[in-house]
Amino acid sequence: MNMTFNPTGFAKGLIIPSLGILSFLLLWHVLAPKVVTSLGAIPTPVQVYSQFTHLMTEHNEQRAKAEAFYERQRVRNEKKLAKNPDADIKIRNFTGKPTFFDQIWTSLFTVMVGFLLASAIAIPIGIVTGLSQTLHAAINPLVQLFKPVSPLAWLPIVTMIVSAAYVSKDPMFSKSFIVSAVTVTLCCLWPTLINTSVGVTNISKDLINVSKVLRLGWFTHVRMIVLPSAIPMIFTGLRLSLSIAWMVLIAAEMLAQNPGLGKFVWDEFQNGSSDSLGRIIVAVLHIGLIGFLLDRMILLLQSYVSWDKSVALR
Amino acid sequence: MNQPHLELTNVSIEFPTPNGPFKALDNVNLKINKGEFISLIGHSGCGKSTVLNIIAGLYQATTGGVLLNNREVNKPGPERAVVFQNHSLLPWLTSYQNVELAVNTVFKGKKSKGEVHDWIEHNLKLVHMDHAMDKRPNEISGGMKQRVGIARALAMQPEVLLMDEPFGALDALTRAHLQDSVMEIHADLGNTVIMITHDVDEAVLLSDHIVMMTNGPAATAGEVMPVKLERPRNRLALAEDKDYNHYRGEVLKFLYERQRKPESVI
Repeated sequence: MNMTFNPTGFAKGLIIPSLGILSFLLLWHVLAPKVVTSLGAIPTPVQVYSQFTHLMTEHNEQRAKAEAFYERQRVRNEKKLAKNPDADIKIRNFTGKPTFFDQIWTSLFTVMVGFLLASAIAIPIGIVTGLSQTLHAAINPLVQLFKPVSPLAWLPIVTMIVSAAYVSKDPMFSKSFIVSAVTVTLCCLWPTLINTSVGVTNISKDLINVSKVLRLGWFTHVRMIVLPSAIPMIFTGLRLSLSIAWMVLIAAEMLAQNPGLGKFVWDEFQNGSSDSLGRIIVAVLHIGLIGFLLDRMILLLQSYVSWDKSVALR
Repeated sequence: MNQPHLELTNVSIEFPTPNGPFKALDNVNLKINKGEFISLIGHSGCGKSTVLNIIAGLYQATTGGVLLNNREVNKPGPERAVVFQNHSLLPWLTSYQNVELAVNTVFKGKKSKGEVHDWIEHNLKLVHMDHAMDKRPNEISGGMKQRVGIARALAMQPEVLLMDEPFGALDALTRAHLQDSVMEIHADLGNTVIMITHDVDEAVLLSDHIVMMTNGPAATAGEVMPVKLERPRNRLALAEDKDYNHYRGEVLKFLYERQRKPESVI
């Protein structure tokens, strides 16, 4: 590691990006008040920030309320038990409105479940189709057909199927969660599938010959030769998939009114208060930031899994 | 009757191309005895590698066939280990693990854990690579990679060791070192070795027989020349040797007079 001070590197790494962000904020600050909508002018960065603190306070208030609610129940139940040890104890859930930060967690959980499900389906299929010309020929038309389908088109079908198939008195997950997750899965499956398949097809011929000479079994061949060769392409696919998953989820939540960030944006839009635009912008910035962090997470995972640490990851 | 160890009979191969089949090899016949060191020499594109790949079982001859110990060769297997031109080590495994993969596959259930470990170390020592067992291929030089590739092939305890221009990508000094190592190993183990080369000195120095290939298309084994030089051979002593220079001259004559490459192809 070169620890000496490097002026060009420093400028490229910190000063220039900061300048970019600052000029964006400045332009926003100057131009925003000039765009007047029926909900008032577009808020400036400062106003957006004040909305953000507002959302924080709301969140903390809700938390306090919830805690107080559970505390009251606990006290009441204790009294009941003191009177009659066999009393039937019930704990009711707090049903306050989910705050902005609750919605973030809902969305994050949903996107991860949808994405993991998609990866669990796409990577094995990608490997198998990459290895077999015949299977590739069989599956490729279907992939090409379903790949361009918008999440909005899947949503009604998924909703109907989940409503019909997922019937349980005491469901582990809510229906809306399943609908969102499955829609995400259906839409973000394809990049991982296609990239894995391409990565597997492009394994060096020499390594395949080594495998043939050694007469490696199918599983050893996949584990020792195919997977390590295809890892970079698999991760390219995973990154594309996760960014699609995140975009799709917001749209699906908006359209289906399923809990999450998308619903938050939609509710604010329908609400139409003078604060709404500011709150939507806060949501937009968070969506972007989370998308960025999710991508970094995959890169981190790749540098951990990949054998070649020298590959530049960007 | 003295059956040859490895026998190629009327081997021809055609590859399909958009302009109809292309006949790469025509009627190659070879008889190789156990423990012999054979070189295949010829101009590039004459089908040397194709012959090797047919023996390895990676290609199937269109007509004719290969017999090893009187049994037909029709698929690749570790008893015909290949040292590939560009080492073909798995880049994500260390030298040790690369050899280990071969040993674990070939001797599955036949060697105990300790024996496997000793056998891997033994083979890496044989090629003088025991100092870099835990290095990955991208951390060692080209010559070292090729040494590990040879160790991997030897560790399969092959009946026939097939080497496809094993030193082609190396500089002259490294190549000389590796040639000496290969001679040593061949003297120790007595494997049958078939090596492809385009280096006349290498062919004469190492081989018991040199198979000279005619130019393609439809190439064949033009002439098989026995090299009767005493072993162990020393490159310095041989440099002035009359016989050595005679053999060298014969190969050169074959390559540059009788099988001159047409200008258009070069």
